[in-house]
Amino acid sequence: MAGKIRKSLKKYYQLYLLLALPVIYFVLFKYVPMAGVVLAFRKYRMGGSIFGEKWVGFKYFQMFLNDPEFWNVFKNTFVLSILNFLIGFPIPIIFALMLNEIGSSFFKRFVQTVSYLPKFFSSVVVVGMIQILLSPSSGIVNKIIEANGGHSIYFLTEAAWFRPIYIASDIWQFMGWNAIIYIAALTSVNPDLYEAAEIDGAGRWKQTIHVTLPGIMPTIAITLIMSAGYILSLGFEKILLLYSPSIYDVADVLQTYTYRLGIVQSNYSYTTAVGLFQSVISLVLIWGVNKFSKNVLDTSLW
Amino acid sequence: MKHATNGYKVFTAFNILFMIFVIVITLFPFIYMLAVSFSGNSAVLRGDVLFYPIDFTVTAYRNIMNDAQFWVGYRNTLIYTVGGTLISMAMTVACAYPLSKKQLPGRGPLLMFMVFTMYFGGGLIPFYLLVRSLHLINTVWAILVPGAISVYNMIVMKTFFEGIPQDIEEAAQIDGLSYIATLFKIVLPLSKPVIATITLFYAVGFWNDWFNAMIYLNSNSLYPVTLYLRNLLMGAQLAASNGQGITSGSEAAVVPQTLQAATVVLVTVPILCIYPFIQKYFVKGVMLGSIKG
Repeated sequence: MAGKIRKSLKKYYQLYLLLALPVIYFVLFKYVPMAGVVLAFRKYRMGGSIFGEKWVGFKYFQMFLNDPEFWNVFKNTFVLSILNFLIGFPIPIIFALMLNEIGSSFFKRFVQTVSYLPKFFSSVVVVGMIQILLSPSSGIVNKIIEANGGHSIYFLTEAAWFRPIYIASDIWQFMGWNAIIYIAALTSVNPDLYEAAEIDGAGRWKQTIHVTLPGIMPTIAITLIMSAGYILSLGFEKILLLYSPSIYDVADVLQTYTYRLGIVQSNYSYTTAVGLFQSVISLVLIWGVNKFSKNVLDTSLW
Repeated sequence: MKHATNGYKVFTAFNILFMIFVIVITLFPFIYMLAVSFSGNSAVLRGDVLFYPIDFTVTAYRNIMNDAQFWVGYRNTLIYTVGGTLISMAMTVACAYPLSKKQLPGRGPLLMFMVFTMYFGGGLIPFYLLVRSLHLINTVWAILVPGAISVYNMIVMKTFFEGIPQDIEEAAQIDGLSYIATLFKIVLPLSKPVIATITLFYAVGFWNDWFNAMIYLNSNSLYPVTLYLRNLLMGAQLAASNGQGITSGSEAAVVPQTLQAATVVLVTVPILCIYPFIQKYFVKGVMLGSIKG
């Protein structure tokens, strides 16, 4: 055994040498913070250890679980995530299917290229555009509303508008990008299947339902698992830029709550507990969806 | 498609219109930013501006360009983008190449050790406290190092390396090349597409970041231009909720809208300029990433 290890070390030492720095990186920047979740159970002292000083058990969990504000934030996170998922998940698929029906390949490529451009804009740029477009005094949206006899709307300070703005801007930014994978899957559907379907008298619509959709189903399943696992990781940078105290009631989500109470107000143990709570839910979600997909759809991440 | 029904013809017409609508909706916000940024304040306030500037002026741009902080921010963004991308690429290649060797003992556990971090992490606060306890706060390293390796990018690169025919590498090694020499002389030259793709992914990430800069940096001289824009937007928001406009230091009071729009344009223009040339690499990245799935 020892001889075998020595032999492979000798043979592969350069490869292990290359791996040394990345492994140190993962230990330091991924696993040390992971161990740092122990802070959720320990009291933090300013300037003290990042793992806390004194064991307090589930005190911080009890604190947030008994806090109505936390439950409101929790609800907000779920409602926004699920709405965003229900609306945002099918749209790229529909877009890909429709684009697939475009005959001219130049036009098709042009639309596609334009469609994923916004993905590369910083969240701060996207919110800047939203602020300017929706400005109550000069934004074009309110000018159009006023021109049609309406009153200008304070979109960014009205709670009811937060979710539509968040979801619409997400679709605007990511529809094209998220469609790429489906567009690729569509090109790999066997053309013979279409011919066979046509001989059987299936029109374009029936072909889409019976040939195209089943053809891209594995891709849809994989993206579904991925999205379900990351469902709680909302675009929190965007929310941080979009929200203001007047709409915290609907706009505050777990990450913004953690940021505000943790980094701004230095409640480190408390927010570590909230963060851990969220990480565990995410992990359970991705594990559950993966298991479901493995059993039912026969596709899985691992 | 050979026997298009009437229904399908109607659908096709609708479909083309829909795609044109997608193009317009996607591009309009940016066109509007351009139009506003080159317009006169009063034209913007009246709501006359839509697709092109009204009362053309470059005042907003002049005001920004006269602000030293803007240039400091732009310089910092360039430094972070170039420096961060170089570090990330070196680390990602160093990680992906050994792991692409299926015969490497310990490869499986190492991969699991890394992939697990995609699904579970310590969260924002332990990470922040770590960066602080390493005394990286308010240094450029807080921006360059903590996010050095993206596991996703590493796996994309590893998958590409695995696709390079083994006999090419083996032949090189018979000729006496070591693994590291093979990496530089054989593998990297054959991997230009994936190198380009991952470089761009990292570069865009560094270019667009403002959140890390906001929490880890606390002096103006280190702020990237995205944070400059963020502070401008927050200032405008604050002013709007207080019911007053912002006036710049110069004699001409500038409506925040034109100034904000001009800053948005200046932050985005570099990405827009290179986008047509690089977009195919991004698509390639998605494809390479999906192979594994």
